[in-house]
Amino acid sequence: MMGIRLDRGIDEAIRAHGIETYPNECCGALIGREGVVTATYALPNTTEEGPRRRFLVRPSDYQEAEKRATAAGGDLLGFYHSHPDHPARPSQYDLDHAWPFFSYIIVSVRDGVSEAMTSWRLRDDRSVFDPEELHVGGEPPRGPAMS
Amino acid sequence: MPNTINIPTPLRPFTEKKEAVEVSGATVGELLADLTTKHDGLRKHLYTDEGKLRNFVNVYLNDEDIRYLQKEQTPVKSGDTLSIVPSVAGGGGVEASPVHGDGASR
Repeated sequence: MMGIRLDRGIDEAIRAHGIETYPNECCGALIGREGVVTATYALPNTTEEGPRRRFLVRPSDYQEAEKRATAAGGDLLGFYHSHPDHPARPSQYDLDHAWPFFSYIIVSVRDGVSEAMTSWRLRDDRSVFDPEELHVGGEPPRGPAMS
Repeated sequence: MPNTINIPTPLRPFTEKKEAVEVSGATVGELLADLTTKHDGLRKHLYTDEGKLRNFVNVYLNDEDIRYLQKEQTPVKSGDTLSIVPSVAGGGGVEASPVHGDGASR
């Protein structure tokens, strides 16, 4: 199982965004390096299909997120979104629209209170999302992969 | 002069991490076909099983969305640049199945 680590404050920023937009879904970009998210970039939910159950990052916002990641000396590692009054598990719609490589962090927000947060990656054959370990805060683990 | 396709972050693992790939062809569709011939792993992420471009895959010829041109039949000139730009979409509702294990939290 692969994993992703959220630097200090990232967990709180994602949860705060989900609470702010409740009962609608929030969305944003995850920026960092080597599996460590060091910044989030909140994005507008531009869906026209009902923001309580859908989010959409339009192409121009995607490009801006990629530019910001590069300018910060990092990479675009994925995206986060909230599931208002639904579990933090990927929906069929999430799976149908997923990109490879990216981490997809989902936070459940129930009655305006954030609950479970999970992270997922699309399997290479697009058949399923696999869960990945989500580490919150603290120092990044030491080791060759993180040096 | 060849044409270039700009590759977004999530597809770079399939292009040996290249941000841009040189391709050749007379139309947008031919350039994309050349890309997927050179990097076969991209095909399933760009196209549906029926061979249509996925609706969250946006393709721009220079800076114009090909949906407002002649889509994949749009002719290209020497030196034109294509960009593949993701829309990122999702949301709650019916859970995908099957998923294996629980998404780990903390």
